[in-house]
Amino acid sequence: MNLEGLIASSIDGLMLGFVFGLMAMGLTLIFGVMKVINLGHGPFIVMGMFAILVMSQLGINPYIGLVIVILLGLITGVIVYFVAVHRVINAPELTTLLATFSVNMMLIGALTILFSTSPRGLDLELPSFRAGAVTVLGTRLVAVLVAIVVTIALYAFLYRTHTGKSIRAVANNRGAAELMGINSTWILALSFGIGTMLAMISGGLLATLFSFTVLSGAGLETKSFVIVVLGGLGNPTGALIGGIVIGLLESITTIFMPVSWVPVFEFVIFVLILLFRPTGLLGAR
Amino acid sequence: MNTLKSPFFWIILVALGGFSLLPIVSGSTALREDMFLILMLMILASSINIIMGYTGYVSFGHIVFFGLGGYIGFFLMQEFQVHFMLAALVGGIGASLIAFLIGMPVLRLRGAYFALATIGINEAFRAFFTNFDLLGGSVGMFFNFAVYDAYGGAKNAGQLAYYAMVVLVLVTVATSFLIKKSKFGLGLMAIREDQDAAMVLGVNPARFKVITYTISAFFPAVAGAIFFFKNGLIEPGPAFELHRSIEALVMVMLGGYGTVTGPIVGAIVYERLRGFLITDPTLSNAHLVIAGFMLLLIVLFMTAGVIGWVRQRVPALRRYLE
Repeated sequence: MNLEGLIASSIDGLMLGFVFGLMAMGLTLIFGVMKVINLGHGPFIVMGMFAILVMSQLGINPYIGLVIVILLGLITGVIVYFVAVHRVINAPELTTLLATFSVNMMLIGALTILFSTSPRGLDLELPSFRAGAVTVLGTRLVAVLVAIVVTIALYAFLYRTHTGKSIRAVANNRGAAELMGINSTWILALSFGIGTMLAMISGGLLATLFSFTVLSGAGLETKSFVIVVLGGLGNPTGALIGGIVIGLLESITTIFMPVSWVPVFEFVIFVLILLFRPTGLLGAR
Repeated sequence: MNTLKSPFFWIILVALGGFSLLPIVSGSTALREDMFLILMLMILASSINIIMGYTGYVSFGHIVFFGLGGYIGFFLMQEFQVHFMLAALVGGIGASLIAFLIGMPVLRLRGAYFALATIGINEAFRAFFTNFDLLGGSVGMFFNFAVYDAYGGAKNAGQLAYYAMVVLVLVTVATSFLIKKSKFGLGLMAIREDQDAAMVLGVNPARFKVITYTISAFFPAVAGAIFFFKNGLIEPGPAFELHRSIEALVMVMLGGYGTVTGPIVGAIVYERLRGFLITDPTLSNAHLVIAGFMLLLIVLFMTAGVIGWVRQRVPALRRYLE
């Protein structure tokens, strides 16, 4: 086995891992704040992909389009929260699972009508960088940078602003936060909006890396579950680390075994972590 | 066994039996194909209802047992020419055994963690079967036609599979009814309402849950073996299709969570509705949107489902309608 191949695929996996981490952060944020597992996560990712696709067809640069995707994601998330989640926010998990699944069905149905299920791709050329045997694609580098910037911005928002602190307060103890004068309804809606926005940004970034279809969301959604559980449900830092672990796992293991075996290990690890370390690799917060 | 004296128990079974004989009486093959699917979905929904509706454990990836039973049965029929009834039974027992082993650790998880774990288990099995070449790998396995000769050709085999499904649906519904009305069932419902309180009252939650999970794995597994016997082809995708078990959850909710007849009504309504939406030219594209919208309305405004709603509205029926 050659060392250069190992380094190349590690770098590849690391970079992909950041984007996966960003994707899973959207899911884990929503769970952390309102204990809802969002089964609409996959379609949100796909919406991000197709938003970028439509904009690039209109002649807008995909990376400028991401700014619009941020707004679109926030608005979509807030609307979905008020339509589907708010009424059942205190109901048992089955109810919220099915409510978000109904959103999943509606979005996938609508997207299929609009775009059909044929594969799409962006026509995007960026210079790539070479160092010895290691080639880094320009699109990947930009995707990682965007993912890092968004993560830093999210943390700055959650820890430095009043609204962000309110979100953390509501996540900790909704009743107590309400007693402190926080309007929890708006905070929950905003959190759902941010979670959706993160899913859509990651979708937009993934669209610049791979080809995709309307149905790509299902696989990415289960991948997000794995990442989120790996990092601990409701823990954004954990999600980022989980994303990197999965990214590395997927790229490095392919040197030793056929790619199709990777999901077997991913899901076995997923179940084992749920059983033995339900707080994730990082441990309890 | 007071349940066996309850008239409603027999009314359900006779009505269901009569309903399933419709395609035999009318001799319509198309109707039989539709009914075959509806009966299968009733079995799936009723089994999920036993673990989810009675016990409160949301088994999202319950379809895993359908796939496992299908694979075990198919392998026996294809490689060893085992009679399909026996193969289906072995498939059911095998899947139950796996459920027993998986259930012991996994049922310790509660709420969302359990739901996620069942998704993970299903995906792990699907990925495994996609790679496991002994059982056909990603392309799956298919019968050579000689297999059907033992049953008098493919047409007769289809007929036979239908009868087997009818028997299975009756057994499933009878079991569901007996569990609900038994002391064991009361224990399950106590666990659903408050596991810690149930423990104080002398219910052993761990044992109750594992037994229930094992029972609820048996019926979908046998159904899987029958389905893929008739299909003549088994692939990892259709065998472990997560979407199908979520649809079965929807049927349970539609008909009425925790009731015996709810999953039956839910399966009929959902499948008829989907058939209607798909065949109607203007609606066929929008069928997912409409189905999703209806699910949302049920979840938001009619949480008890059809049967639950009737029970709430007509108190006189409460004693009989389960």
